[in-house]
Amino acid sequence: MEKNYHVCTGCSLLCDDIEVEAEKNKINKVHTACRIGVAHMKAGKEEAIFRVDNKPVDEATAISEAAAILKNAKNPMIFGLGASTNEAQKTAIELAKKINATLDDTSSFCLGSLVEALISEKIKTCTLDDVRNKADVIIFWGTDPSDSHPRHLSKYSYFPRGSEKQRGWEEERTAIAIDVRKSHTAKICGNYFFQIPPKGDAEFTDALIAGLSGKLPKTSYNYPPKKILELANILKGAKFGVIFVGRGLIYSLENLEPLFRLMKALNEKANFHLMPMVGNYNTMGFNENLFAETGYVNSVKFENGTVLHGPDYSIVEALKERTVDAALIVGSDPFSILPRSIVKNLLEIPVISIDPYETLTSRNSKVYINTAISGVEAGGSATRMDGKKVSFEPAIETNHPSDETILKKIMEAL
Amino acid sequence: MTNAMELYQMLPKTNCKKCGKTSCMAFAVALMARELKPEDCPPLMDEPKYKENYEKLSSIFKPSEGATETGLIVHEDLCFGCGNCVVACPPNVANDPYGVGSGNAPTNINKLVLTIEDGIVKAQNLGECRRFGKNKILCNGCIVTCPVEAIEFV
Ligand code: SF4
Ligand code: SF4
Ligand code: SF4
Ligand code: SF4
Repeated sequence: MEKNYHVCTGCSLLCDDIEVEAEKNKINKVHTACRIGVAHMKAGKEEAIFRVDNKPVDEATAISEAAAILKNAKNPMIFGLGASTNEAQKTAIELAKKINATLDDTSSFCLGSLVEALISEKIKTCTLDDVRNKADVIIFWGTDPSDSHPRHLSKYSYFPRGSEKQRGWEEERTAIAIDVRKSHTAKICGNYFFQIPPKGDAEFTDALIAGLSGKLPKTSYNYPPKKILELANILKGAKFGVIFVGRGLIYSLENLEPLFRLMKALNEKANFHLMPMVGNYNTMGFNENLFAETGYVNSVKFENGTVLHGPDYSIVEALKERTVDAALIVGSDPFSILPRSIVKNLLEIPVISIDPYETLTSRNSKVYINTAISGVEAGGSATRMDGKKVSFEPAIETNHPSDETILKKIMEAL
Repeated sequence: MTNAMELYQMLPKTNCKKCGKTSCMAFAVALMARELKPEDCPPLMDEPKYKENYEKLSSIFKPSEGATETGLIVHEDLCFGCGNCVVACPPNVANDPYGVGSGNAPTNINKLVLTIEDGIVKAQNLGECRRFGKNKILCNGCIVTCPVEAIEFV
């Protein structure tokens, strides 16, 4: 019997081997997904929800109110879309062009710079399937996939057998964690956990580079040189190495130069790849789609056919400087991810929230439209954290509109 | 986990062979493997001087709350379904190399010891677990790979 697998859109691993037991329009049981994925897949509401000023309305009213807000705005912003399908993202880019909007996503304050370096082929990367099949040295740097991408280690990076890794993780793979705290992932790495002080990453990188060429690795925080040399030796011997880079590392670096230097040094001695640990299921897709359209991965403003780009057009600066006068937020919750001092400015402008979840942002919005959960209630396609395209069909049928449908209707109503 | 030596200390140590084993030590080993129960040693049951030891032994082998035949307990509140234990479990790999053994969905469900259901690990087919039966070994594949100590053997 051919199994009918579904895709989980709970994180950017987009696990494509999920079985569900469903009855009419409700998911009863989920197999193989992690707890985050199960919660995500079962989060669907009974009825579609449309609200204006926190009062229930019908779909048409919510759409026309949203269109009115965007029409009246001189400088609207569209933000989010990391948890939207490629199709919805492309629609949002069209919409942004049409209304001369500022367009940004969470990558502007997360891993955007690194993703841009990858898309413009400045760093060697690989796929998760390559990692499963070949990787012998795996580094988790400033990231804790055990918490953020629970199946990362079991499905790809450490435990599974792969075509060239048949003897298992104990014998054939070394997993290394570099972090400021002993995370769950670090715990699994055992003796290969390297704890460094906050903001110590750049120095550690240079010490490691020194170690790679046999020099004495020095740090201002006196990291035992012997341990760094030991690590350098493991890395030197890698036939297929990969560094998974998380926000912890990016936040601690002033720019990406130390990483570029390390990758260069590593590839002189061994074979190393790098992959950013993007969080939302389709942040990668957003960055790619916007790059294809504009040459930038985030923080843009459309102006009568031209594109402006720069930090001024990131959500943080736009809100800080109060340059935008309305916001359309799709599948994101800035109220819970941005500092209060910045996000409070959102309370002064009309906000439209389009989200499968009720969030702090949806509760503080003038218009809220509850949309379908991708992969559960709506189909589409997305880009996995390693760039692989994944398409999915809905697992159940509900009357929830997809964000793509809603964005199209708003565009028509303009 | 107790070992055979500790169990032996609680037996009559007379090597009377009434249990069918050649010695008390052999009986202790059989207890460990859960082939025999404390009740299978007649002197232990009948003689009042062994009463205390019998009670101790039977409490060790009393099936604990929620424990399986191998003593495996899943702390469901801790487990978050990462699947590390499922993919690392040696019999799982042997019985389903391209399914769970390769990190994917299970394809040989009737032979798997560990699977994930509703985001939590589920133990079944314990006959396959390496801690089960005569040739058992103290496998710890599912313990060392768990980030949150959600699997325990009692
Ligand atoms: S690891 Fe991510 S994609 Fe996979 S099941 Fe968990 S939440 Fe879903
Ligand atoms: S019956 Fe009890 S006392 Fe006798 S040999 Fe067996 S274990 Fe030892
Ligand atoms: S003890 Fe070993 S064989 Fe038994 S469930 Fe754990 S990993 Fe599998
Ligand atoms: S028991 Fe531990 S290793 Fe197994 S799925 Fe649960 S959290 Fe992961």
